Amino acid sequence: MSAEAVKEATSQRTVHLIIERQDNPNSKPYTQEFILPYRPGMNVIACLMEIQRNPVDKDGNPVAPVAWECNCLEEICGACMMVINGKPRQACTAVVDQLEQPIRLKPARTFPVVRDLVVDRSRMFDALKKIKAWIPIDGTYDLGPGPRMPERDRQWAYELSRCFTCGACLEACPNVNERTSFIGAFAISQARLFNAHPTGAMHREERLEALMGEGGIHECGNAQNCVQVCPKGIPLTTSIAAMNRQVTWYAIGAWLKK
Amino acid sequence: MAQAQTHSEYVLRRLHTLAGVVPVGLFLLEHLFTNAMATSGAYAYNSAVYTIQHIPFLHVVEFFFIFLPLVYHGVYGLYVAYTSGYNAGQYSWGRNVMFVLQRITGIITFVFIIFHLWTTRFSGRAPTFQMVHDLLTQNPAYFWFMVIGVVAATFHFSNGLWSFCIHWGITVGARAQRITAYVTMVLFVVLAAVGISSLVAFTHTA
Repeated sequence: MSAEAVKEATSQRTVHLIIERQDNPNSKPYTQEFILPYRPGMNVIACLMEIQRNPVDKDGNPVAPVAWECNCLEEICGACMMVINGKPRQACTAVVDQLEQPIRLKPARTFPVVRDLVVDRSRMFDALKKIKAWIPIDGTYDLGPGPRMPERDRQWAYELSRCFTCGACLEACPNVNERTSFIGAFAISQARLFNAHPTGAMHREERLEALMGEGGIHECGNAQNCVQVCPKGIPLTTSIAAMNRQVTWYAIGAWLKK
Repeated sequence: MAQAQTHSEYVLRRLHTLAGVVPVGLFLLEHLFTNAMATSGAYAYNSAVYTIQHIPFLHVVEFFFIFLPLVYHGVYGLYVAYTSGYNAGQYSWGRNVMFVLQRITGIITFVFIIFHLWTTRFSGRAPTFQMVHDLLTQNPAYFWFMVIGVVAATFHFSNGLWSFCIHWGITVGARAQRITAYVTMVLFVVLAAVGISSLVAFTHTA
């Protein structure tokens, strides 16, 4: 086919979207449908941009453009996580050609919805603070270089460092709900990452204490949805089990030392 | 002290999983073993019951090693089942289905054990082959209720063992967890078969 013919053929094609919307944090959700012109290689973000350009529903009625968050557009920032055809994932790598139509978009309701597909993920930041997901290196004088990290450990730790707090693991987890205060798989995996770092390990006990605290590792019920939906393929269930081992030994040891 | 309080939920949860295996799980194995004596006939079963009934300090052993852990595991388990979310409809992956089944079989087993204790241990009748035979044969619904109870309890124990291994940090890697899943499911099939064959044996006349 000539380029002209391809253009002709694709101009006839459309993308059908069904979006769950919400005007503000306290209003009721509702759904709206959109029919958009198809373009080759378009992703869900491109669809939302198209709605922004021409905000009319499938019947041609003008509507408020759909709000969403995005940033890097290459699946390394985590901002555009939403529920696409029933699974939490990044909208930027959700390519229309690979999705079943109509494409159903919903906000990740495990978080408070701000507007449409925008959610407030501050509970994830709170969880990271709780488990001290950092390496303290500040001092009043130069502490010099820290201990070296073995290459063998660095390789698997790197995998864990790819977490970008998108929240897919929380959205899919049955135990992250209004009846629990579970911090979620990502935070447990981050505790493992920073405990593996030779300098981070100096605060190992504080992280383990936090994991034994409210909403900690014991809230995990091993449904293992987290590892299925993680867009970075992080071995979250291995991290949880590894931290279970650390916490078990720490808890028994701490109890016997009292 | 304040620190101990913030860890209470962790300790209660870990005691829950521990109680499910030791001693409740061990008792389940013992119970299935004793019942399986019925497959060797009424005499074998009755003599096994006689041995158990003559364990020294039986009531103390029964109360502290079976009744208390069982009540704790059961009641706290209901709380765990209540706080869990259920989303296997949206995420129908195998482990998530098992997560739901673990909670459903837990509740079935809870109801089953209350009924089971009421009709046997607290019925005021002596536990003999004849008594169990009468219970199972007088009403066909009773037999099938027992089958459901045995299947639910053995599944809950076997799958719980898989979860226990993760909660205590025994199986860490994905491969170890997968192999343990196979092993525990084989265990489930074996234990359920032992339990059901015992039930069938009880339906035969002594």
